[in-house]
Amino acid sequence: MPIPLNVIEARRAQRDERGPTAPPTEDIREKVFELEAKGEWIVQRVPEPWVGVTTKYGRIKKIPAEHTWHHKSCGQCGHIPGYSTAIYWLNRALDFDYNDPKDQTSCTAWNYYASATSNVGAQAAVAMRNFGAAYESGYFPTIHCGTSYGHYKEVREELVAHAELRDEVRRICDKLGKPFVMPEEIVHYSEWVYAMRHEFAQRRVLDLSSIDVTVHPACHYHKLVVEDAIYDPDVYGGQRTAVVSAVVTALGANVKDYSTWFDCCGFGFRHILVQRDFTRSFATLRKIEVMREEANPDVVLTHDTGCVTTLDQSQFAARAHDVKVGVPVMSEAQFAALAMGAHPYRVCQLHWHNTEYRPLLEKMGIDWRERWREFEDDLERLRKGDKQFLTWEDADA
Amino acid sequence: MTLQARYADVPVETKQRLFDEVRADIRFKDYLFGCYECGICVAACPSARFYDFSPRKIAQATGREDLGMFYEQLNDDIWNCSQCFSCLRCPRGNNPGGLITIMREVAINNGLTSARQALEGYGRVVYKIMSTGTQVSPDMLQPNAFPDWGPHVAEISENLELWRRALPPETLHTTTTAWYVDDKTLTELYLIWHMTGVLDMIKEVDEGLHMILNDVMEELLEEAGYSTA
Ligand code: SF4
Ligand code: SF4
Repeated sequence: MPIPLNVIEARRAQRDERGPTAPPTEDIREKVFELEAKGEWIVQRVPEPWVGVTTKYGRIKKIPAEHTWHHKSCGQCGHIPGYSTAIYWLNRALDFDYNDPKDQTSCTAWNYYASATSNVGAQAAVAMRNFGAAYESGYFPTIHCGTSYGHYKEVREELVAHAELRDEVRRICDKLGKPFVMPEEIVHYSEWVYAMRHEFAQRRVLDLSSIDVTVHPACHYHKLVVEDAIYDPDVYGGQRTAVVSAVVTALGANVKDYSTWFDCCGFGFRHILVQRDFTRSFATLRKIEVMREEANPDVVLTHDTGCVTTLDQSQFAARAHDVKVGVPVMSEAQFAALAMGAHPYRVCQLHWHNTEYRPLLEKMGIDWRERWREFEDDLERLRKGDKQFLTWEDADA
Repeated sequence: MTLQARYADVPVETKQRLFDEVRADIRFKDYLFGCYECGICVAACPSARFYDFSPRKIAQATGREDLGMFYEQLNDDIWNCSQCFSCLRCPRGNNPGGLITIMREVAINNGLTSARQALEGYGRVVYKIMSTGTQVSPDMLQPNAFPDWGPHVAEISENLELWRRALPPETLHTTTTAWYVDDKTLTELYLIWHMTGVLDMIKEVDEGLHMILNDVMEELLEEAGYSTA
């Protein structure tokens, strides 16, 4: 059900009146700078040029346009590699300088939330080792995974609140020879996509006006440390995070609402690995089927690793139970890249996805048969040893 | 069987000790502020829909220091949580999911049988993340591991090496890790596991895994001149 217009206007007026000085939570970034002034750590500044975006309570968050250090995601790189590739492709399309590091580890939070075989000190040390590595490179961390992003924000709060934890982790960083650094902002890639959406819209080559999209907001993006997520009075009256939805609108596609938008995807961290009966049931009964019934979308877009995996992979088995499934799933980065003419296989790597996506491509005006033939030629060249790897030049040929 | 009768033979001192460990966690005071019993957390909770599970009861038992209920939850409930943190909608500012994170850590640290059971089949994932620095790898996509994902997993697995070479970013030309992680970085990660006691936690729940991990790590750490003593 659409939100009545007067609610949106009232919210906007309230936001304007209240302004950024009256949010109900403290601004953790002030504390981060206070600790720098006391000599406790270095704060890595957001490099120029940056874009100012609005977070939940009206504060401005700086999103770096370029010179970014890409903190990759386990599940994206491992199982849906077109996700990471599309993020890089978008950076390249804007001619932005970025760093894809080899001295980055996972945040290890997927494992932590799944098995608890870690602790506060270890989790904070892993985060600060990665931040130290980014600082050494001169590039600013941009985090691909929603869980890494949410977890690192929790780690930031814990480090700010507990001197003994800072001491423990500083000792570890000293031992590793890493500087003890907290970034000025903790930035998720989807915030960068949001900040750059008009640039992408200008470069759009496909007409998406007939494409209906449902958006799944990732839990660890907007539920963990809520005040740091992007909200915009123009998107659902500022009542839901604006990332993804605002990108869809900017690209000229249609955001369709559905009632279970707040529900998680069913990933469950341990469930997706060892108890998938729960994951499959939740993903299909509470998300995909509801979307089908209420919005009948052409595609589900989301902005996190686990959500793409869960919502996409869970649909196969549900077909046996006559659940209304069959909606392709991808990240908004892949969708934006497609809209800008990226190759569906060389760049977006849709052959790693499960649910049938070809009708969507057809509706978007993409000749997937021809694109697949091109990709098969690429594979043949790799197979024969004419080339060892597909390159960025090949991807854009 | 009446509520909690299952654990009637567990001494109250044990339950109290475990509860005190939960309460001693530095995050505890930020995760619980009393409870209205409003049930908003339950309405938002995915696990409450499919299991006999309630974040409200977690907040209640912890807040009231109900040792019987706490101990039952520590064994029978906490592994059902999805760790989605939808329960942060709590109007009281509670974080039942966060309390569960702490309870799980205590369950692991104490090697509870229920924790060992919950992690059955999960050891290979712990091995992967702790030894390679990435949680899942392309070569985990095996049809026998994901039969419910359909024939597409077999297709990926058959073409894995070739398809990985068909990825433009050079850090992704890997099959046993999600991306390329250099040895110096891995060594640093191993040192973190050692210095923060995580390896000791693994020992509590899976001695075999602990031995393998120690072997893998020792070599790199020694090569890099780190003493783990
Ligand atoms: S974190 Fe756990 S208790 Fe909280 S809503 Fe999610 S599944 Fe429920
Ligand atoms: S939402 Fe908060 S106050 Fe309400 S029942 Fe849950 S824990 Fe208690």
